[in-house]
Amino acid sequence: MTATATSARSDLSELGRSETALRTFLHGLPGVDQVGAEQRAAQLGTRSIKTTAKAQAIDLAIGMVDLTTLEGADTPGKVRALAAKALRPDPADPSCPHVGAVCVYPSMVPHVAEVLRGSAVHLASVATSFPSGQAPLEIKLADTRAAVEAGADEIDMVINRGAFLAGRYSEVYDEIVATKQACRDAHLKVILETGELATYDNVRRASWLAMLAGGDFIKTSTGKVPVAATLPVTLVMLEAVRDFRAATGRQVGVKPAGGIRTTKDAIKYLVMVNETVGPDWLHPDWFRFGASSLLNDLLMQRTKLTTGVYAGPDYFTLD
Amino acid sequence: MSERVAVRKTYKLFVGGKFPRSESGRSYLVQDSNVSLASRKDARDAVLAARAAVKGWAGATAYNRGQILYRVAEMLEGRREQFVALGVPADEVDAATDRWVWYAGWSDKLPQVYGGSNPVAGPYFNLSAPEPTGVVAVVAPETPALLGLVSVIAPAIVTGNTVVVAASPTAPLAAVTLAEVLATSDVPGGVVNILTGRLSETVPTLAAHMDVNAIDLTGVTDPELAADLEVRAAENLKRVLRPVPVDHDWLADPGLGRMTALLETKTVWHPKGV
Amino acid sequence: MFEYAPAPESRSVVDLKSSYGLFIDGKFVDPADGGSFKSINPASEEVLAEIAEGGAQDVDRAVRAAREAYEKVWGPMPGRDRAKYLFRIARIIQERSRELAVLESLDNGKPIKESRDVDLPLVAAHFFYYAGWADKLEHAGFSRRPTSQHSGPNPQPLGVAAQVIPWNFPLLMLSWKIAPALAAGNTVVLKPAETTPLTALLFAEICQQADLPPGVVNIVTGAGETGRALVEHDGVDKVAFTGSTDVGRAIARAVAGSRKKLTLELGGKAANIVFDDAPVDQAVEGIVNGIFFNQGHVCCAGSRLLIQESVADRVLESLKRRMAQLRIGDPLDKNTDIGAINSAAQLARIKELSDAGSAEGAERWSPPCELPERGFWFAPTIFTGVTQAHRIAREEIFGPVLSVLTFRTPAEAVEKANNTPYGLSAGIWTEKGSRILWMADRLRAGVVWANTFNKFDPTSPFGGYKESGYGREGGRHGLEAYLNV
Repeated sequence: MTATATSARSDLSELGRSETALRTFLHGLPGVDQVGAEQRAAQLGTRSIKTTAKAQAIDLAIGMVDLTTLEGADTPGKVRALAAKALRPDPADPSCPHVGAVCVYPSMVPHVAEVLRGSAVHLASVATSFPSGQAPLEIKLADTRAAVEAGADEIDMVINRGAFLAGRYSEVYDEIVATKQACRDAHLKVILETGELATYDNVRRASWLAMLAGGDFIKTSTGKVPVAATLPVTLVMLEAVRDFRAATGRQVGVKPAGGIRTTKDAIKYLVMVNETVGPDWLHPDWFRFGASSLLNDLLMQRTKLTTGVYAGPDYFTLD
Repeated sequence: MSERVAVRKTYKLFVGGKFPRSESGRSYLVQDSNVSLASRKDARDAVLAARAAVKGWAGATAYNRGQILYRVAEMLEGRREQFVALGVPADEVDAATDRWVWYAGWSDKLPQVYGGSNPVAGPYFNLSAPEPTGVVAVVAPETPALLGLVSVIAPAIVTGNTVVVAASPTAPLAAVTLAEVLATSDVPGGVVNILTGRLSETVPTLAAHMDVNAIDLTGVTDPELAADLEVRAAENLKRVLRPVPVDHDWLADPGLGRMTALLETKTVWHPKGV
Repeated sequence: MFEYAPAPESRSVVDLKSSYGLFIDGKFVDPADGGSFKSINPASEEVLAEIAEGGAQDVDRAVRAAREAYEKVWGPMPGRDRAKYLFRIARIIQERSRELAVLESLDNGKPIKESRDVDLPLVAAHFFYYAGWADKLEHAGFSRRPTSQHSGPNPQPLGVAAQVIPWNFPLLMLSWKIAPALAAGNTVVLKPAETTPLTALLFAEICQQADLPPGVVNIVTGAGETGRALVEHDGVDKVAFTGSTDVGRAIARAVAGSRKKLTLELGGKAANIVFDDAPVDQAVEGIVNGIFFNQGHVCCAGSRLLIQESVADRVLESLKRRMAQLRIGDPLDKNTDIGAINSAAQLARIKELSDAGSAEGAERWSPPCELPERGFWFAPTIFTGVTQAHRIAREEIFGPVLSVLTFRTPAEAVEKANNTPYGLSAGIWTEKGSRILWMADRLRAGVVWANTFNKFDPTSPFGGYKESGYGREGGRHGLEAYLNV
C-alpha cells in the first residue's frame, strides 16, 4: 500500500483541476451497501463499556465536545455562560476535563473569545451562510474572514448540497478551497449535511471531495435538518478518513453533530472510532461531537461513576 | 410373385443422441428381436453424455423445454400404430402421449408453484427457486412398458435434468422405439440416454457413479437389490427415489413428487438498500 | 488506548443441576445401564454436569413413547391445538432466552453476544413460524389433489422422527428439527451432540412447563452409538440429521432399503467471492462474519475466499486490519467476538488441517492475540497463496481458518466455487446486479448470499446440493421433510 500511496498522492492533487477527473474518481470509490453498513454500526453499538473503560470514555468524550449554540436567540450573555461552562464543565470537580471547543455564530465569536482567551478550549464558528449555504460565494468568504478575524480558530462551513446533488463537483470543490484560503490558520471543518445527501455512496463521495479540497475535518450535519448524525453515516466517514490517510498520508478529523444526547450514544461513537480507525483518532484533535445537551449527561454519568449514586439534572448547570 | 421381404430393425442403445451398439458387441434375444446388451462401459458413456448435456438443457428456457416435451407428444402421437404393433395397448400409448403433454406444461409453472419469495425478518430480498439436480439414473418399471417409461423420464427432464435410463429388460422395444421418437423431437442429444440389457450389469454402476446426482429406483422389484443400490448411492449422497409397489396405478394423477424429488432448492439473499 | 473493561454476563441466571437423566415420555429418567458422561465448558474445561448416556434399551423406550404419543395424542390432535403448544413453547423460549443463551455459551463456548443476538432469537422465531403452519398444512402445497371445492385431504405426518443434531448451534438445530416435525404432526426422539446436551435438556423442561403431552418430544443424550441406535431403530419413520458428511453417508447407508424418509444437512466448503467492484468495507465484514462467526463452526461458513486478483492486495489488507479488531476470550464477556473451540477433538482437527496448510506451502497469518491458558482456543487464521489442490481448500475445517484464493474472470470464479463435492452455500460481492444473478444461476449451492453472508430466517429454506446433503429446512419447504408427500 505504501508504494501505491506515494503514486496516488501525486494523482489526487490533480483531481480538483478537472470536473471529469473529479467525477471519475468519486464515482470510482467502492460502493457502500446500506444494510451491511447499518448492521456493522449496530453491532459496534452492542459493545458493553463498563467501569474503568466507561470512566475513560466519558472523560475523552467531554474533551471532544464542541459545545454548541446556534440559535437566532443567542445573545452575548448566553454565549459567555456557555464558554464559562466549556472551561469548567463541572465546577464541583476540578479533575473534570474542559470541552474541545465552543461553537457559535460569527457575530457571537468576539464574546466567546473574551472568555476563552488564554485557555486550551478552541473557538469554532459556523460560517459560509450557515446552515443553507445558499448565498453568493463572496458573501460566504466574507462571513468566514469575519469569523476568523474575530478570533475563531476553527471554521465549520457547509457545502453546497444543491451543487453536489446536481453533480457539479468542481463547484463544491472550489468553494471549499476558497473557504480554506479564507480561513488562513484556522482549521476548516466541512459540513456535508449528510441528511440531505440521501445515500451512503454520496456521503463517501462528499467526504472524499471535502478532504481532497483541503478540509481538516469532515462533519456530518448542521443540526438544522431533520436527520443529523447517525452511527452508520459516521462509520462511512470514518472509513473515508482512514482510506484517505492511507492514500495521501494526511489525517483528517471527523465530527458527528446533532442528535447525540446521551453518554451511551457518545460511547458508541468512541467504540466505532476505536475499531474503525484506531487510537490515532481517539483525541479531540481528530474527533469531536457537535452537541449541547450531551455534556450534561456525560457529567451526570461521570458523577455516578465517582460517587456511586445516580445524579439528577438539578445538580448540573444549564447554560 | 414372391411376397416382399420385410426390412427388420436393429434395436440399439440410445446414447448422446446417437444409436450405438453396445461397446461389448453383445446383444440378447427378447421380444423376438436382438437387443443390445449394455455393459458397464456403456453405462459410463451414457453418464458422460448425460453430463455433457446438462449445461445446455438446464440452461434452456423453461418455455423451450416445454415446447420440446410437447413436440415429443406430437411425435409419439404420430407413431401410435408403431407402438401398437409392438404390443403396447392403444390406450396406453394415448395415456403416455397425454403424460408428455401434462409434464410439458409444468416446465414454466413448477418454479412458480414450488419456489417463491420468503418474507424474512429483515431488509432482504429472498427468493427460493428450484433447479435441476443434474444427471439422474432411472430404472424404468417393467410394466407398463411405455407409460411407465414416459412417467419416469418426463418428470426428470422437464425441469432440466438429464437421464440415463435402464429400460425394462423384458420389454425393451418400447424404450428403443421411444428413443426414436425422442431423436426426432428436438430433444438435444444426451438429455435422454437409454440402455437396454440386464439391470444387474448397468444399474449398480450407475448407482455407484460419482458423477450421477440422483437415482430413481422405481423399476427395481427385488428389495435386496434396491437396498444394495441405495447403499451404493449413499457414497456421493445421491438423491434416491425408492421403488414403487408393482401394483402402482400408472394412470393416476402423478402429482408433483417425481419432479420435486429431483430438484434442488436454491435460496438467494440480497440486501435492500439505497 | 481505549481498553474495554471485562463485561461478563452473569451466570447466576442459570440453575445447573449436577446430573441430568434422559427425557422420555415427559419425565427425566435414568438410563437402563446407568452410563453417563460429562459435559464441560470448553472455555475453562470445568465440568458443568454429568449427563446420562442412552443405550439401545433407552432408545427403544423413547421410540415407543414417541409412537404411543403419535398414535394416541399428537397425531389425532387438531392442528390448531398442536399450534398452541408450539406457540407456548416459542413464548417460553422468549421469556427464558437469557438463561438459555448463557447456558448455550457455557456448554458450547460461543460468545454470549451470538447466543443472545443470533441463536436465541432465531430459535424462538422458528417455533413461532412453524406453530402457524400446524393448522394450515392443507395449504402448504403438498396435498396430492387439490380441487376447487375442497382444499384436499391434509397431507399426513410420517410418524416418529429420529433427529440427530450437531454441537455448533445446539438449540438452534434443535428448533430446526423439532418445530417442523411437531407442526406436521410427528413426534420426535432427538439426540443432541454429546458435547452440548444442556440446552436440549433445558428445552425438555420447557416442554414440561408448556404441558406438552408426554412422549411428543423425547431427548436421549449420548454419543455416536446412541445416535446409531436411534437412526437404525425399526420403529422410526423418519430420520433427520445435521452433521458431518461422513456420518451422513453412514446414515444414508443405514436407512437404505427401509421405509424411513431421510433428510441430511451436512458439510460445506463455501466460496465467498469478492469482485473488484464490491462494496469493500461491507465485503470485509461479510468475509469476517462468514468465517469467524461461531468460531467458524458453521457448515455454511465462507471458508474459501475467492478474490478477484486485481483487488486481492487491497481486500486482504482491509481484512487483516479488521481481523486485528477481533476480541478472543471468555465467551460470557459481552465484548467477545470469538469464543472457545467446542472440544479438544475439534481443536486437534483444526490444528491438523492448519498445519497441513503450512506444510503444503500456503502462507499463514493471524493477528496478534493472547489466548487463555485453559480451555480450547484457536486464533483467527487466514492462509494466502492457497490453490485448489491444497487440503485446506478442499476439506471442511470447521474452525476459524480461511483459505484465500484468487480468480480473474466471473467464469473462473464459478468454476472454482463449484469445484468441490460440497454445495451448501456461496457468497457473491459485487455492486453489479446482473452479475449477481448470472453468478447465482451458476453456483451449485443451496443458499447464495449476495452482498451479505450467514443470514438465516425461519421462512427461508436452507440446505445443500451434492454431498452437502438433501432436503431443506426452513420455510414451506421445511415441512416437506415431515409429511408423507
